[in-house]
Amino acid sequence: MSIFMTLRIAIKALGRNKMRTALTMLGMIIGVAAVIAMVALGSGAQAQIEEQIKQSGTNLIMVMPGNFSSGGVRMGGGNAVTLKTEDATALRDVPGVQYVSATTQTRAQVVAGNQNWSTNVQGVDVDFPNIRLWTVKFGSWFGDQDVRGASKVIVLGSSVANTLFGEGVDPTGQIIRVKNQPFTVVGVMGPKGQSSTGQDQDDTAFAPYTTIMKKLSGNQNIGGISVSTASADDVLEATEKVKQVLRECHKIGPGMEDDFTARTLEDMAATRTEMTRTMTSLLASIAGVSLLVGGIGIMNIMLVSVTERTREIGLRLAIGARGRDVLLQFLVEAVVISLFGGGIGIGLGYGLSWGVRTFMEWPALVPINAVFVAVGFAAIVGVFFGFYPARKAASLDPIEALRFE
Amino acid sequence: MAQQPVISVRDLTRNYQLGEVTVRALRGVSFDVQPGEFISITGPSGSGKSTFMHLIGCLDKPTSGEYFLDGKNVAKASKDELALVRNQKIGFVFQGFNLLKRTTALDNVELPLLYNPKSGMKASDRHKKALEVLAAVKMSDRHHHLPNQLSGGQQQRVAIARALVTNPSIILADEPTGALDTRTSVEVMGIFQRLNKELGITVMVITHEMDIAEYGTRFVRFRDGKVVVDQAITKRRNAEDELAALPPPEVDPEPAGAHAGGH
Repeated sequence: MSIFMTLRIAIKALGRNKMRTALTMLGMIIGVAAVIAMVALGSGAQAQIEEQIKQSGTNLIMVMPGNFSSGGVRMGGGNAVTLKTEDATALRDVPGVQYVSATTQTRAQVVAGNQNWSTNVQGVDVDFPNIRLWTVKFGSWFGDQDVRGASKVIVLGSSVANTLFGEGVDPTGQIIRVKNQPFTVVGVMGPKGQSSTGQDQDDTAFAPYTTIMKKLSGNQNIGGISVSTASADDVLEATEKVKQVLRECHKIGPGMEDDFTARTLEDMAATRTEMTRTMTSLLASIAGVSLLVGGIGIMNIMLVSVTERTREIGLRLAIGARGRDVLLQFLVEAVVISLFGGGIGIGLGYGLSWGVRTFMEWPALVPINAVFVAVGFAAIVGVFFGFYPARKAASLDPIEALRFE
Repeated sequence: MAQQPVISVRDLTRNYQLGEVTVRALRGVSFDVQPGEFISITGPSGSGKSTFMHLIGCLDKPTSGEYFLDGKNVAKASKDELALVRNQKIGFVFQGFNLLKRTTALDNVELPLLYNPKSGMKASDRHKKALEVLAAVKMSDRHHHLPNQLSGGQQQRVAIARALVTNPSIILADEPTGALDTRTSVEVMGIFQRLNKELGITVMVITHEMDIAEYGTRFVRFRDGKVVVDQAITKRRNAEDELAALPPPEVDPEPAGAHAGGH
């Protein structure tokens, strides 16, 4: 009997019990849809991260105090106080480095008239906008003399400016109070939007790092150093040189570990991509379990079906079906259930990710290879879980089967 | 007779192992069937007649002995070879009809043709052949009915058509009238008689009813795994004449289902 004929017979047999077939399929539908939707969410997040790296520039080097690349034991490393203003100054002369900015930050209440807002006030240097490729919308960025003199000037992020002064209003020249000290607003940054971790990057304000250290936080050490190179090609070489210079500054002998961490933005993004990928595989494997359960459902129904159709099997054997014809028929029935279910599941998975993208504004992207994997997996589930019932059917003794009540 | 027998068995035995006990269901049967014979096989339960039919029908293999079907020894054939023999040379008719549910009469009759591995028969040829045999059992007008829309007698006629569709050497009928009333039984036996007489098809009917056995040309009786009686039937019954003599059916022979399906 040709495979086409077997397929026709299988579809006819499934059509005789539509409700049962549909319910059995449902297991596969949900399983495949879940896998597709999960993978779509994961790859969407990954794509977004990659997009952000491209936008924020691949020529960034971030230097942070403490060493948190040497294993889990020193998790608190980020809080170590090992970076000084002199370190930032020293990095300016490293070949390949274009801009350097010391950074520090403090949480502060900012008050303008009767409006007030708690935000993250970042202390940075004059080159900071060049490093982050960030432009000023109103007013201007502060200058060198402001940094040297620790002037009480502030540049607002657009969210903060909107909250304090209203949308579209230019607050340049206004006085606001930060931790009860008067600061002159000299500029407002253009909007930058959400970061890859979902934070509002515009909910911030910038002041010279010297001002933050002397007037607001009282810290003697800086929180980090942002460095950018002239081109993205220099970034790896420059990172090595930055490390070398800092080791010299900190008098770290050979064989000793760094007391700081210097990483490129790409490194950091890679870590995050890796995390997202792990999360995606985790979610997909949980969804995969439902596929497995769907497969067991198929096996269950096929076993019931074989018992129920014992006389039919006996008759088919009596009129000349060989064992393998019967085996193939039941196997094809199982595979048809799983493949049809898988097909509908793909549609549903696409629908789900579309819904997530449209209504929850969450990036979701269905990778085409996930579709192939899901279909392949569905077929394998059908063959795997269909084989045992099919073999049971094929090995029936025709005499016994015909007598079966 | 110079003609080659359709079936020729020699010293056929079949033993079953039931735990420690060996059951000797068939204890050496030798038997020839000539083409065109209509054989009635009877015997009490446990006489070995069912075992004999399973062996003749190639559903089972003998413990020892020879079995020639159309001159070919099938006693030691493999499972797949037996399936092929069943498909091509044997037509089965069962007590319970064994039609596929929710499948039209036509599709039921076509079923054996689907399992023929050699002939790449086209769908149109299969339809033609199936309609031909449905006409032979006078069921052409109902070929699109489902089994549950047919009466018992009609279902059995579809089953006979299914047995005929592959042009078998012999039709084996196991208690074909066991589930039918008297009138329908006579009708069904009439069809066997007609096919036997007009088309020359060899028929073997197994029954435990003596009056059903009398429709055949040859009477065989089993007891304790052996043939104890094997003789020609002298006073053969004729189903067609009997049917004409019977009073017409009291109720409409069509079951309610046929009407329901028609609307």
